[in-house]
Amino acid sequence: MENRFQALLMGLVLGAAIVYLFMPIAKAPGPAGNRLAAVDRATGEARPETAAGDTLARVRERGELVCGVNQGLPGFSNPDDKGRWSGIDVDYCRAIAAAIFDDPDRVKFRPLNAKDRFTALQSGEIDILSRNTTWTMSRDTQLGLDFAGVVYYDGQGFLVHKDSGIAHAADLDGATICTQTGTTTELNVADYFRSNGYKYKVLSYEKNDEALAAYDDHRCDAYTTDASGLAAVRLKMKDPSRHLILPEIISKEPLGPVVRQGDPQWADIARWTLFALINAEELGVTSGNVEEMKSSDSPRVRRLLGGEGAYGNAIGLSDDWVVRIIRHLGNYGEVFERNVGTNTKLGIERGLNALWNKGGIMYAPPIR
Amino acid sequence: MAGAAARDKRKIGLKWSNPAVRSVVYQAALIALVLYGGWFIVTTTQANLARLNIATGFGFMDNTAGFGIVQSLIPYTEESSYGRAFLVGLINTLMVAGIGIVLATILGFFVGVARLSTNWLVSKIAWAYVEVMRNIPLLLQLFFWYFTVLRPLPAPVDSLSPVEGVYLNNRGVVVPSPVFGESSAFFGIVVLLSLVAGYAVLRWARKRQSATGEIFPAWRTAIAIVLGVPALAWLFGGAPFTLDFPAYRGFGFDGGMRLIPEFIALLLGLTLYTAAFIAEIVRAGILSVSHGQTEAAYALGLPAGRTLRLVVIPQALRVIVPPLTSQLLNLTKNSSLAVAIAYPDLVAVFAGTVLNQTGQAIEVIALTMAVYLTISLVTSFLMNLYNARVAIQER
Repeated sequence: MENRFQALLMGLVLGAAIVYLFMPIAKAPGPAGNRLAAVDRATGEARPETAAGDTLARVRERGELVCGVNQGLPGFSNPDDKGRWSGIDVDYCRAIAAAIFDDPDRVKFRPLNAKDRFTALQSGEIDILSRNTTWTMSRDTQLGLDFAGVVYYDGQGFLVHKDSGIAHAADLDGATICTQTGTTTELNVADYFRSNGYKYKVLSYEKNDEALAAYDDHRCDAYTTDASGLAAVRLKMKDPSRHLILPEIISKEPLGPVVRQGDPQWADIARWTLFALINAEELGVTSGNVEEMKSSDSPRVRRLLGGEGAYGNAIGLSDDWVVRIIRHLGNYGEVFERNVGTNTKLGIERGLNALWNKGGIMYAPPIR
Repeated sequence: MAGAAARDKRKIGLKWSNPAVRSVVYQAALIALVLYGGWFIVTTTQANLARLNIATGFGFMDNTAGFGIVQSLIPYTEESSYGRAFLVGLINTLMVAGIGIVLATILGFFVGVARLSTNWLVSKIAWAYVEVMRNIPLLLQLFFWYFTVLRPLPAPVDSLSPVEGVYLNNRGVVVPSPVFGESSAFFGIVVLLSLVAGYAVLRWARKRQSATGEIFPAWRTAIAIVLGVPALAWLFGGAPFTLDFPAYRGFGFDGGMRLIPEFIALLLGLTLYTAAFIAEIVRAGILSVSHGQTEAAYALGLPAGRTLRLVVIPQALRVIVPPLTSQLLNLTKNSSLAVAIAYPDLVAVFAGTVLNQTGQAIEVIALTMAVYLTISLVTSFLMNLYNARVAIQER
């Protein structure tokens, strides 16, 4: 009995020794009780500088930005047959890459489904999430993430079969609705039908294409997603003229880019890249005239383009950061028209997304 | 013996050359490492979650879910909590797994026996079934049933109706549902009593046979009692329930009971796939019983069916049950493929929608894993009990 006890003691000592040897690898203090308090403080304080903080430095070191985008949503993020991505969400990421590297192609796009997008950002797999993501309070406060602004003001609508005779959302009482799992649409549908006292059934598919196929096969009476998305998916249908987008918009969907909490500089870069795009449009700076505008007399334009002040420097970029963005991508209006505007297949009006002084609500704080 | 070993140990004492000492040291070292590893993972995770300001804990389970679920066996509305949504998903998983286990076992048994049939056609059909089913990935089979077989069915307006009141369309199968009336309780009691009576006949017959050797057609009698008595009660006491016929209204059928195509596709896929494996296990089990046993039974004058039932299968079960258990566990775990065809099982509802809305990946995934672990352990436990009953009783 005594022998066994001594052997056990020896084993524990040996175990502790092994653990001690492994410690430098695990980069964490050993299991000794009196160190516990120091551990938490050490990990709690030391880590933010390396893991969460300084995303910019890591992007620079890597030589490219990793941007989480939609797997395929025309106008927002969609790869063409050569694998080149395009869309508003894609161009926003390119704008950040242009601001950092002066090269809009130094972005690696990581297509994500709705369900996995936040985990990918939390875990550091991507630097920024630009995937038509609705800004909601719970997402902003509970996920350890921050929204950088609104790239596109959207709202949720319904797509129905024309021959079903449905003309308004009110006709959908008792209908089966197809949607994608892990989106705000699931909740909005529930809210809408509940508040109107309608009955409904909802089928949530993992992939958007599956939800759409189910709707196409009449498994569902209606397909629902953001109105901009509806215009895009209607084009994907075999015969778009047989489908109808209902006039009702049942929710507010401010879509915007998301970054991890704990890196204020990176959040500033994300936020002000967006504001720079909008301010450029307001000040009439376009990809065509940005070089001439550098010598503009307007102090507002000069501040925007780095002629006055050191605004780029303040967020860890060069002072001509906006010039780089506009040169490669144009201003917000150009990005909008190129990807979803009236001359594209989607043919979406500016509407809410027009500038504040042109009837919309796009408004960016000034650079000064 | 034991005393001598203890004396030896004491003689060798606390030296490295003593194997007992070495093993204790190794084990203690291993335990220390495992504990440290676990502690390291937990504290690191906690620290990281706190650093990233990600909410932790299971408090979210009481929050309002706010989303709808297409199939729910318990009352569930959008105002229900995430915890309720978890239950709905869990019950949906248990339902498809439970029914699947019963059907797959029965079908697997028949196919396994059919493969050994002396009838050439029967055995070849069984062979073809097994080879096709077990060699195609389950996910593809699910897609086949869901997208190719059930989807192209007509829309609700043009439903197929093989029998009055039964409708088949791309929204599933709708059948009349029973509505229980006043005489239901009486009828229920009659059914219960007839079941007890049937069981009593079986027991009595077995006892009498062991005592006297006389054979009584127990099964036939029992079935006649179980089916006949309630039928008489129905005839004389009136129907115990009325049928609620589904009616087409607006977007689909109102009333009646329905099975959604997602459920049907998942059940079909799981059952047919797993049954192929079970068939092979049953075949192996039967082949493991020496042919001499069959010959001996025939020599005693037992007919083929009774030989199979009384001589071969009881011995084959000893070989069948342990691998059968793993197949049943596989079926349960494979039911998580439901997410691919939008059946609202635990993974789709809880590890899908709830996870996405709360963002609490660690809690949600841990709970989901714990659920599957528990279901599997319970299934194993029950099957082990059964295995102990059919195992060779050593004397």
